[in-house]
Amino acid sequence: MSAPFVKLPRWVDIGLMPVVNVFAGFLLAGLVVLFIGESPLNALGILVKGALGSVNNIFYTLFYATSFIFTGLAVAVAFHAGLFNIGGEGQAYVGGLGVALVALALDKFMPWYITAPLALLASMVFGALWAMIPAYLQARRGSHIVITTIMFNFIASSMMVYILVKVLKPATAMGPQTRPFESGAFVPRLGQVLDLFGIKSGSAPANLTFFVALLAAWMVWKLIWRTKFGYEMRTFGFNPTAAAYAGISAFRVTMLTMLISGALAGLMSVNTVLGGVHKVELDFVAGAGFVGIAVALMGRSHPLGVVLAALLFGILYQGGAELSFQVPAISRDMILIIQALVILFAGALENMFRPFFGHLFARRETTAAGAA
Amino acid sequence: MMDATILWSVLDSTIRLTTPILLCCLGGLYSERSGVFDIGIEGKMLFAAFAAGVAAHASGSAYFGLLAGIGAGVVFSALHGFACITQRGNQIISGVAINFLAAGMTALLGKAWYQQGGKTPQLETTARFQPMQLPGAMAVKDVPVLGPVYEGLLSGHNLLVYVSFLAVPLTWWVVYRTRFGLRLRAVGENPAAVDTAGISVTRLRYAGVLICGVFAGIAGSYLAIAQSANFSPNMSAGRGFIALAALIFAKWNPIGALGACLLFGFLEALAIPLQGASIPGIGWKVPVQLITASPYILTVILLAGFIGKAIPPKAGGVAYVKER
Repeated sequence: MSAPFVKLPRWVDIGLMPVVNVFAGFLLAGLVVLFIGESPLNALGILVKGALGSVNNIFYTLFYATSFIFTGLAVAVAFHAGLFNIGGEGQAYVGGLGVALVALALDKFMPWYITAPLALLASMVFGALWAMIPAYLQARRGSHIVITTIMFNFIASSMMVYILVKVLKPATAMGPQTRPFESGAFVPRLGQVLDLFGIKSGSAPANLTFFVALLAAWMVWKLIWRTKFGYEMRTFGFNPTAAAYAGISAFRVTMLTMLISGALAGLMSVNTVLGGVHKVELDFVAGAGFVGIAVALMGRSHPLGVVLAALLFGILYQGGAELSFQVPAISRDMILIIQALVILFAGALENMFRPFFGHLFARRETTAAGAA
Repeated sequence: MMDATILWSVLDSTIRLTTPILLCCLGGLYSERSGVFDIGIEGKMLFAAFAAGVAAHASGSAYFGLLAGIGAGVVFSALHGFACITQRGNQIISGVAINFLAAGMTALLGKAWYQQGGKTPQLETTARFQPMQLPGAMAVKDVPVLGPVYEGLLSGHNLLVYVSFLAVPLTWWVVYRTRFGLRLRAVGENPAAVDTAGISVTRLRYAGVLICGVFAGIAGSYLAIAQSANFSPNMSAGRGFIALAALIFAKWNPIGALGACLLFGFLEALAIPLQGASIPGIGWKVPVQLITASPYILTVILLAGFIGKAIPPKAGGVAYVKER
């Protein structure tokens, strides 16, 4: 069978192609802005200023980016084993349940440095458990993980409504949410750290979880490219049949990968719940699990790429909020459109520009060979 | 206790709630039978609902709205086809992108054009599909059993409801009794064999995907200009995913699709009167959330192989690379 796609120089493949694909997405998004009668360049200016214009704005950007690093890593890890985990949204949501239980039990007696690590652990366990059932069903019963993780997002949503309304909601509260946590469950904000040095930085919710996210990215890199299991994951993802011949257990790889993926998605909830609003609300994940898909595709499932893509989406979320405030016609739904276009161009259409670059670089190589 | 009137209204809502799911499910059947998975059916329906709402408002005609809805569904399907068939991209990723694109575009354009928080303006009655009496409904009204069933339950729905139910036998006939249907099923099982027989895999798959767009378009139009009187953001509310679940439940069979969609429609209808009600005898209150989640739970149990086995089209999800 013929190779479907031309081989490109490495720097084009890794460096140029993703940039071109993402650029195409943004260009189309600009056209949408033009279509509703606003200036794309003006919008871009407001967006960038809103995301990076002050320390406070940057900390908001980092707050969103922290969540997206976790959910992006969750999708990326699964991609390496050839698994598409669309369930990050539900896993993060259920992870929040773990965080809530720890925080509600400890926040009145324990300092944050006891509560927060336990909450991190609980979020990972709960997120991983929610990913475990689809993983088991894929590995043992042959049901497709994409479908089951989608179903589990909906099941998680219904389950969390029930738990928040019937179990965790205090009698006095109006909405379905837990009671506000006490300071024993607050993860310190980055702004508080800067305050120690006398730099005023506002009240943005970026918090120490950001460093946990960076640590997680480094550990994922270590796992995928520096451990035996990471090698097994990549082999299985590349060719499950070859992996089976090499004695790699499909069951073990599927289960462990999804547990890690679910744990990473679960961690996202610590950032929002203990770093941000200090309570578990209805639908607090707010699509961050799905942003992870765009982030992983854009970052080409490499942890460094995921961190950079998460920062870009952090800028989009914070800047987009500022933009919708200043230019009401461009509502925050613009972010969804950009997210969709990034997924489309960096994911489904990733090879569209490939033949063009193939021609471009193939010709250059032949002329170089002719000259020599 | 659930008395007769409640049961009656539940059955009546079942028919109305089944319609959009059934349309999407049948659309998905054409696409998936051709070997192209369609996670984006939710987005197509949403975008179609928006287009129908806008067009029906602008033109004052329900039929023009329906046409716009179908057009919107087909445009998004063409995008899905281009990404998955022509560019051989990942079908799941393309579907996910389409869902977000629809959610974002409809809300953004709706808010920018009408300044009503994303809703399109309320439609006049002439710009909507109206309830219609089936022939002879009045004549049999007083006949016991037959009267209430025919006049009360089956008659008095709008055109799109009947279209969706008539599409079931039609789809069965197309898929199992026509040459096109045979080829469609073949291309989803073994595209190489179809290709060897000199039939274009690309054209067949595009046909499957575009027919899916037509069905999703009718489903979206139903939501905005038949069931409701305008478009509101995210009004598809996960029905596209329920339809996918129903398709698996139906084992990719049109008659099964009718059964699965009626079951899921019934569960959705049941959630309304069950709010806060308790099961007689036990006194245990059924959580509404459990009923809302039941289509998904049932599908997971089915997929796990505990109720029969759902075997998808063999070549589904895989782009076809022609041998050279």
